[in-house]
Amino acid sequence: MNREETAAKIAVLIAPFNKKGVAITDATTFAGDLEFDSLTVMDFVAEIEDAFDIIISMNAQAEIETYGQLVDAVVKMQG
Amino acid sequence: MSEGIDEADRPQVLEGAGTDLFSKFDPLIELRRSLLATGQEDPFSLVMERVLSPTVAVCNGRETILLGTYNYMGMTFDPDVIEAGKQALEDYGAGTTGSRVLNGTYAGHKAVEQALIEFYAMDHAMVFSTGYQANLGIISTIAGKGDYIVLDIDSHASIWDGCKLGDAEVVPFKHNDIEAMEKRLKRIPEGAGKLVILEGVYSMLGDIAPLKEMVRVAKENGAMVLVDEAHSMGFIGENGRGVAEDQGCLDDVDFVIGTFSKSVGTVGGFCVSNHPKFEILRLVCRPYVFTASLPPSVVATAATSIRKLMHGSNKRAHLWDNSKVLHQGLRDAGFTLGTAEPQSAIIAVIMPDLERGAAMWEALLKEGLYVNLARPPATPANMTLLRCSLCAEHTAEQVQTIIGMFGCAGAKVGIIG
Repeated sequence: MNREETAAKIAVLIAPFNKKGVAITDATTFAGDLEFDSLTVMDFVAEIEDAFDIIISMNAQAEIETYGQLVDAVVKMQG
Repeated sequence: MSEGIDEADRPQVLEGAGTDLFSKFDPLIELRRSLLATGQEDPFSLVMERVLSPTVAVCNGRETILLGTYNYMGMTFDPDVIEAGKQALEDYGAGTTGSRVLNGTYAGHKAVEQALIEFYAMDHAMVFSTGYQANLGIISTIAGKGDYIVLDIDSHASIWDGCKLGDAEVVPFKHNDIEAMEKRLKRIPEGAGKLVILEGVYSMLGDIAPLKEMVRVAKENGAMVLVDEAHSMGFIGENGRGVAEDQGCLDDVDFVIGTFSKSVGTVGGFCVSNHPKFEILRLVCRPYVFTASLPPSVVATAATSIRKLMHGSNKRAHLWDNSKVLHQGLRDAGFTLGTAEPQSAIIAVIMPDLERGAAMWEALLKEGLYVNLARPPATPANMTLLRCSLCAEHTAEQVQTIIGMFGCAGAKVGIIG
């Protein structure tokens, strides 16, 4: 799946977690802009993992701060 | 009641102190300040001035029933345990001043490891200075860079810290969710080492894990399994070996982690295992090597206590009765509890928020009852909990008194109608 397709799929998955309806760009941060707490992160990561059949370990999550970084990481993990 | 006790560690906020490494603690400092400004007694600086028995102490000047210790089997004041400690103190001195692998292994350290081997009917036992260090040491040593740790999201801090220290890839799954665990195990790259970490009893809500099913799935997927049985030892299972024994899957567990600071009644931690190469860990496990071993009196009390726990079935039965009666009583009084049925010696009472949780904690203390106030981030789902942990030495009468105190305090604070 290329970046565009991956981004489109993630956009659908993140919608229910975007409670405040923030306009999401590649620069949007999970902790700051979207105000994800640790529980939300866990549920959201589980959704992404199941949808793409990948593992995003805690170690990998620590490197992902923005939406754009998440899309890039998921593209890369799909190989 | 002395004011000093309530004020002792209240942080001083210096106006205009500027930004330094402590600035990251400002939100917590402010939270504490605003909570204590209401006149709330500080739930996190309680002092027990005198301890009268496993179930009663004098706290902040008041005689108080203890319902927030992990003294499940009431071994802290057992006469044989105390005598063993006194004797070891006389014979071996106050401390070892050394590492287990240098000058810090005395006869008593080998004796307590032998007691554990017999208690669990396993081949090897390794004793650490605390339970925290047992998890830190075993996990970080066996799962290193490139290995995968799959663990329950509600795992204890010592497990998380062990993962971090070892540098393995850490993959959490939703609490007690067998399917979520299996999916993650199946996604791990071929050839990578796999460790699944579970707990018998999860200490925040007092719920148990479906270990039989989870251990089976872990084994089918080629993982080694570590189970922390800190809160079940001495109490759950026919021989008090824990939830894995109770569910008939202890033979498939590679490592059991436990502690001396709960049912055993002193301090220390351990790992027991049947792994044929287990003993090598003594040389490569840094939290085992680079710290002083337990004092001789502590290992002597632990060994005596563990041997007595092997024959504790009557106490176990009474503790189950206490747990069932308290659970039913609190539910009937209208409280919301962490589990639908009592599953362990921990009963968690769910509070609507931190403010009312703290107020309820203080109201109970004034009634003469001590419970643990647990709050985020230690708790799952950001809950505020009043955690009650029962003791086999609580009398049936004390349990009724406790239920009455909860009713009075709950009505005062407006938690129940």
